[in-house]
Amino acid sequence: MILEWLLPAILTIVTAATPLVFAAVGEAVVEKAGVLNLGVEGMMVIGAITAFATAVSTESGILAVIAGAVAGLALSLIFGVLTVYLQSNQVATGLSLTIFGLGLSALIGHSYVGKTFSGLPKLQLPVISEIPILGQLVFGHDGLVYLSVLSVMAVAWFLNRTRAGLVLRAVGENHEAAHSIGYPVRLVRLSAILFGGAMAGIGGAYLSICYTPLWVENMTAGRGWIALALVVFASWRPWRAFFGAYLFGSITIIQLYAQGMGVEVSAAFLSMLPYVATIIVLVLISRDSIRARLNAPACLGKNFHATG
Amino acid sequence: MNLKTKLTAIIGAALLIFSGATAVNAQLKVGFVYVGPIGDHGWTYEHNAGRLAIEKALGSKVSTSYVEKVPEGADALRVISKLASSGHGLIFTTSFGYMNPTIRAAKRFPKVRFEHATGFKRSGNVATYSARFYEGRYVVGKIVGNMTKSNVIGYVASFPIPEVIRGINATYLAAKSVNPKIKIKIVWVFTWFDPGKEADAAKTLIDQGADVIMQHTDSPAPVQVAEKKGVWAVGQASDMTNFGKKAHLTAIIDDWAPYYIARTKAVLDGSWKSSDTWHGFKEGMVKMAKYNNAIPNDVIGLAETTRIGIMNGSIHPFAGPIIDQSGKVHVKAGQNASDGLMAGMNFYVKGVNSKIPK
Repeated sequence: MILEWLLPAILTIVTAATPLVFAAVGEAVVEKAGVLNLGVEGMMVIGAITAFATAVSTESGILAVIAGAVAGLALSLIFGVLTVYLQSNQVATGLSLTIFGLGLSALIGHSYVGKTFSGLPKLQLPVISEIPILGQLVFGHDGLVYLSVLSVMAVAWFLNRTRAGLVLRAVGENHEAAHSIGYPVRLVRLSAILFGGAMAGIGGAYLSICYTPLWVENMTAGRGWIALALVVFASWRPWRAFFGAYLFGSITIIQLYAQGMGVEVSAAFLSMLPYVATIIVLVLISRDSIRARLNAPACLGKNFHATG
Repeated sequence: MNLKTKLTAIIGAALLIFSGATAVNAQLKVGFVYVGPIGDHGWTYEHNAGRLAIEKALGSKVSTSYVEKVPEGADALRVISKLASSGHGLIFTTSFGYMNPTIRAAKRFPKVRFEHATGFKRSGNVATYSARFYEGRYVVGKIVGNMTKSNVIGYVASFPIPEVIRGINATYLAAKSVNPKIKIKIVWVFTWFDPGKEADAAKTLIDQGADVIMQHTDSPAPVQVAEKKGVWAVGQASDMTNFGKKAHLTAIIDDWAPYYIARTKAVLDGSWKSSDTWHGFKEGMVKMAKYNNAIPNDVIGLAETTRIGIMNGSIHPFAGPIIDQSGKVHVKAGQNASDGLMAGMNFYVKGVNSKIPK
């Protein structure tokens, strides 16, 4: 009986969490390099419209995802050049990137309102997908869901197990020191920003071609901000960001299921929970003694200006 | 150039500007405040269609402008005041949550006329207007009551305000009248517009046995989910057939154009007065979209007799007895609910197995 509704609930949670996973893991890398990009929402929404437009005109899901990633990357390039090379304020630039992305996507999307796309094909393996419960649970998703898990693995491995990852973290912790040893601080930061942009773009693409295969203005509806919150919530660790996204998705979906079954829970309270958790984490890291343990990059949000 | 010619030139230029200004003043500026993007393909889309209709009907006598995606609350007051101070003579604020900001802006700008949609607070220069969407919901109820196989209607609801609750009750009463076994499942998403969340709510309801999805939110995402999962859906505010060719049974369409044109004309000829307008099928503010071909003819016939009955007054969606969940009788048998009762409806009728969130 419980399985009867639990299984579809879990499938819905996966679709709700996946766009957040992409955006949050991408932003985690950016912030690990010491850059705070508040433009996630803008990059996601640009990814969403570009992917949708590509999907409608080419009927190809793969091209659509690539287009979404490229669009997110292109937008983040603007941010990267402005903040890393022209020393503009990261917070202000990130915020304007979001506003710019929302506006530009509305402009591009004008002729795509009301169009539809059949959505990405689901992975269907012969025999294995037929296994009751497990088959559906593990093998019945869109390709992008698997890509999201793979990218979390790759990012976790990159940050903690590779030399390049170490350099990136060093740049985020102390850019002066990294610079004096001879690491290209600006190049590292720009690369991280571009990666974050591409990931946010894929997250947006997931929204417009898998989650709800349609285009309406503003369709990200604040998910970029949630992803930003998740990065802090996860204390900049990729796997924690992944679980944070699933936790967030679960709370949202479970409260919908509970409502449908007539369980009395305050929906407003449950929707608030992840944000409350984020605020608590923020309060904790603002106390210096625990800061180190919580993994926050020491140079987060500080511009690097090469001297000598 | 001596002083005299200079002066004449200046006065002449000033006169020119002044006459230009009066010419602009003669043209009425009409402002709109929208809660969603005009591309939402739902609620805001239809209000914008009404704005375009004003321009088409009245041509150079008016100019219109709009601000979209304005959050309900403090931001709204700023936007409304900005419109009022920039020479707009008539301002339509098109969402329930703009009620208090509209009243406050109206106090500050007594010469500007305001029209607030779906609210209940009026003043000398604030009129309110709304459509009797519940009439449409009642017709839809007759259809879905017949179309459902599982006898469960899924309802994606936005905020627990009277307008939404009224729609749920009207749907349930109509569906119940043709199908005594009917049940209605309601999920509140606490947003007017979030395609992802609306889709999740629709999936939830389908997973829990609903085979008809109704919505009181603004994006076409629930219709799309219904199409994918092979169940029925009913569009909201606009015709949403495009998003679910098989699933889309019909839609309740808001048509604001006639009202907007009439009110703008009233300002132009000086006859505008604050009033409370609540129009339905009869006046053409509420319309039904094309019925899906899959609906049997007798059901379409029933829907149409209901619609015509509502228009000529022989059918009332809230005809007594109207009893709430606690058993309290709000409308006695043989009577119809008053507009006051419907406007403030904050109870579910008996048989709705759910609770209104606090």
